[in-house]
Amino acid sequence: MIGALAILLVLQLVGEVAVRWSGAPLPGPVVGMVLLFLALRWREALPDALRTTAETLVSHLSLLFIPAGVGIMQYGALLAEEWLAVVMALVLSTLITVAVTALVMKAVIRHQSGAHRHE
Amino acid sequence: MNSIGDIWVYLAASPLLWLGMTLAVYRAGQWLFWRSGGRALFNPVALAVTLLVSLLLLTGTPYTTYFSGAQFIHFLLGPATVALAVPLYLHWERVRRLFLPIIAGLLAGSLTAIVSAMGIAWLLGGSPKTLLSLAPKSVTTPVAMGIAEKIGGLPSLTAVMVIVTGVIGAVAAPALLKGLRIQDDAVKGFAIGVAAHGIGTARAFQISTLAGAFAGLAIGLNALLTVLLAPLIASLLPFRAMP
Repeated sequence: MIGALAILLVLQLVGEVAVRWSGAPLPGPVVGMVLLFLALRWREALPDALRTTAETLVSHLSLLFIPAGVGIMQYGALLAEEWLAVVMALVLSTLITVAVTALVMKAVIRHQSGAHRHE
Repeated sequence: MNSIGDIWVYLAASPLLWLGMTLAVYRAGQWLFWRSGGRALFNPVALAVTLLVSLLLLTGTPYTTYFSGAQFIHFLLGPATVALAVPLYLHWERVRRLFLPIIAGLLAGSLTAIVSAMGIAWLLGGSPKTLLSLAPKSVTTPVAMGIAEKIGGLPSLTAVMVIVTGVIGAVAAPALLKGLRIQDDAVKGFAIGVAAHGIGTARAFQISTLAGAFAGLAIGLNALLTVLLAPLIASLLPFRAMP
């Protein structure tokens, strides 16, 4: 488990350094995710310890967002000024985005399987 | 014997209190979520944040004091993001086969997220600064704040909007997807990830690891695309906010 945690942290570190060095507009951990994915594809094997540690961390992803979420109390007042416009925009836009993404994907999948049938 | 006041002085200065409280509130939220049969209203993040903010306000505790304890949890977001590569690796075959739908969904979703948020706020009389802060609201926090700064929004305001967006997506998206008769967990996960980044991804993992894998993929892809799209769309607007 410590070995697996070390892999995750070292790859995050490499990601952070790469981002700062290259100026790429991505967070370091996302680059670390890409690196781990490439390493797994290259080795074509997933060590059990890494799998267990990764799945444990990911299954408690909600917990990890709580400290940042509580940060709302610091800047919540910023929302107060135009709260109606902001709240409506956030609620409606989020729902519309979920719907549009899902429906477009579904349509393309259906189109693909339809195209296969006609071939 | 020490008085309650003395004990409070000790606790208020130690990281232990708010670290422990965060874990306890999360567990309680999880328990409620399970007991309610996974009802959206009992989203663990929303519940825990509401409770903790109330507690902090009641006890007059500043956020910095809270964060000195909670930072140990916050820190794990980094390795957890790296760990998203594991479900992605396990479901890679599915991702590869859905390459075209993923690209199409990403383009449509990313564009919709930016334009609809700005459009709705504009219709309701939002100021240019608010509109520009809203543009990257569906993207993971560090990237969203960077974009907001670049196009003339207010990064700290964007950070709040990103979190609220995540909670809205986590709470409402599963019911919405059901209403739209979306049955494929890959599509569900990807849509939640595009619209509601990490907090949505946490919810997607409760649907299935397949949904979670696709949501995790969407976080990275949408961050990348919004970095390109948001400044482009902002430059088309008839106004420019001073950065």
